[in-house]
Amino acid sequence: MLAGRSRLALTVGAALLLLLPFAVDLLLGRGWVRITDFALLYIMLALGLNIVVGYAGLLDLGYIAFFAVGAYTYALLGSPQFGLHWPVWLVLPLGASLSCLFGVLLGAPTLRLRGDYLAIVTLGFGEIIRIFLNNLNGPVNITNGPQGISRIDPVAVGGFSLGTTQHLGGLELPSVHLYYYLFLGCTLLVILVSLRLEKSRIGRAWMAIREDEVAAEAMGINTRNIKLLAFAMGATFGGLSGGLFAGFQGFVSPESFGLMESIMILCMVVLGGMGNIGGVVLGGVLLVLLPEAFRHGAGPVQQMLLGRIIIDPESLRMLLFGLALILVMLVRPAGLWPSVRRQRELTADDGAAQQEQDTVYDASR
Amino acid sequence: MTPPAELGQPPVAPAEILLELQGVSKHFGGLVALAEVSLQLKRGEIFGLIGPNGAGKTTLFNVITGLYHLDGGRFIFNGKTYAHCKPHVLAAAGIARTFQNIRLFANMTALENVMVGRHLRTGAGIWGALTRNRVTRAEERSIVAKARELLAYVGISSPHQTLAKHLPYGEQRRLEIARALATEPLLLALDEPAAGMNATETAALKNLIQTIRTDGVSVLLIEHDVKLVMDLCDRLAVLDYGRKIAEGAPATVRVDPAVIAAYLGGPVSGEGEA
Repeated sequence: MLAGRSRLALTVGAALLLLLPFAVDLLLGRGWVRITDFALLYIMLALGLNIVVGYAGLLDLGYIAFFAVGAYTYALLGSPQFGLHWPVWLVLPLGASLSCLFGVLLGAPTLRLRGDYLAIVTLGFGEIIRIFLNNLNGPVNITNGPQGISRIDPVAVGGFSLGTTQHLGGLELPSVHLYYYLFLGCTLLVILVSLRLEKSRIGRAWMAIREDEVAAEAMGINTRNIKLLAFAMGATFGGLSGGLFAGFQGFVSPESFGLMESIMILCMVVLGGMGNIGGVVLGGVLLVLLPEAFRHGAGPVQQMLLGRIIIDPESLRMLLFGLALILVMLVRPAGLWPSVRRQRELTADDGAAQQEQDTVYDASR
Repeated sequence: MTPPAELGQPPVAPAEILLELQGVSKHFGGLVALAEVSLQLKRGEIFGLIGPNGAGKTTLFNVITGLYHLDGGRFIFNGKTYAHCKPHVLAAAGIARTFQNIRLFANMTALENVMVGRHLRTGAGIWGALTRNRVTRAEERSIVAKARELLAYVGISSPHQTLAKHLPYGEQRRLEIARALATEPLLLALDEPAAGMNATETAALKNLIQTIRTDGVSVLLIEHDVKLVMDLCDRLAVLDYGRKIAEGAPATVRVDPAVIAAYLGGPVSGEGEA
């Protein structure tokens, strides 16, 4: 089915991905393997948000809430908090389903809203979830409030736990490596699902709604259901990665689910290239790795060049992050790796004539 | 001579009537956009809707395609009464439309635009999309085939992968028609399809509309190009200030004093109000 060349590329790519944690471990240290794991989690989140924002064009600023729902579902059912230690194969799907339900619950009242209004309402929803989690420690203690839930069970199937170092056929696999492979598998699954959804009847309907909701409705698309489907799909991915996050981290607290996180994920989608899976993955990788690199690199570099640390690496990180965002939006407004759709626009045969057509189109709108 | 429109019509068997409006009204605050408009559109007809700007033609379109809910009266399509229905319900019932200001999915290709039109008559859901099973693949193939067929039918010569917004203006208008036809309508409602077209394009459009009718789709047409309307339509209704002032064959309507008064100004004598 595949041509020889792409098969080769696929094999090389797969080998690289499989060897990556060992290479990172060897070259940069174990801490960076952990960061790579986080990058994969964020990629999953960004891909989920991409369905809502990139495909269906619904600006969701409270997306992190679904991450929180998934994470807390896992945390409550697999920790000493209630003394429950449900198996992972039950808790992860449950968290994803619960997030899906919350996606529909959030989607339903916002169906009539568009653009800015939708963004504000979803933002409110995200905050509501966080504040709930923060305050559900009284009168009955459910979430343990701001202290969060700790000692969460690691992801384990049967007796095989990803929380400890495992030996497989003489190969020593530390916990972070094991999680890497789990997250990689999940990320690839999410990518496959996204790809298939994009090129389907449902994907086309999402795109049509993004392009012109009134026309889409007039062409017989049940916009209510199709939009709810987008919210539900996106939320499911969010819930899945939330569950994985809880198991990986072993600790969740409301702090991890603030507005900044929502914005960060949105940035991954927008910066990478809205609607393009490759772009979103790139955005996720960059936005996790670069800030970490700054965190680790900014101090020593200043020390070396100037002899002392003038700007706190933490504030420098945000400063440079902001600058980078502005720069990308100025130079590549469609994102670093825009979707083919946009590229097609840029590489069209007769630039001038089409420019003119654009003008006519815009005028006629 | 101002024959009251309703009396002017011969009684028709209900099955022959595709669309019937009975005293349809629509207000926007104090503004009466449609005042008790009644009309009947027979199967296989090309029915014209004309009137000065602001007469309520597009409002009427929006009412029968579900974008507006009517404030009074009834509207019966294909034997069923529809009130407060969503646009997609009416599209499913068999009313498809184009828009006065082209509303294509600008960043989708010509082919994809028509493929979206097939949404209504196909059924693949999430499961089909994820598994890409045999049924779904066959359905996708049929969607593409049908879409290509329709692009050829309306005469789009640009490559099918051209983005809708990059099509020449006339082809954008025709693409809207193809997209509407993809929903397999019984009634095709065209809102000023010839607007902005040159004589050649208009002539081609006229042929297309006639072909569509021959192929069994009734047409409701709003158009300012009077010659086109007179040539094409079997019957037409004239709206002015939200009221129907005349209805009948083109030859009758064009000499109607109320119509002449509405278009040219002057004393309004004997409103042909129904």
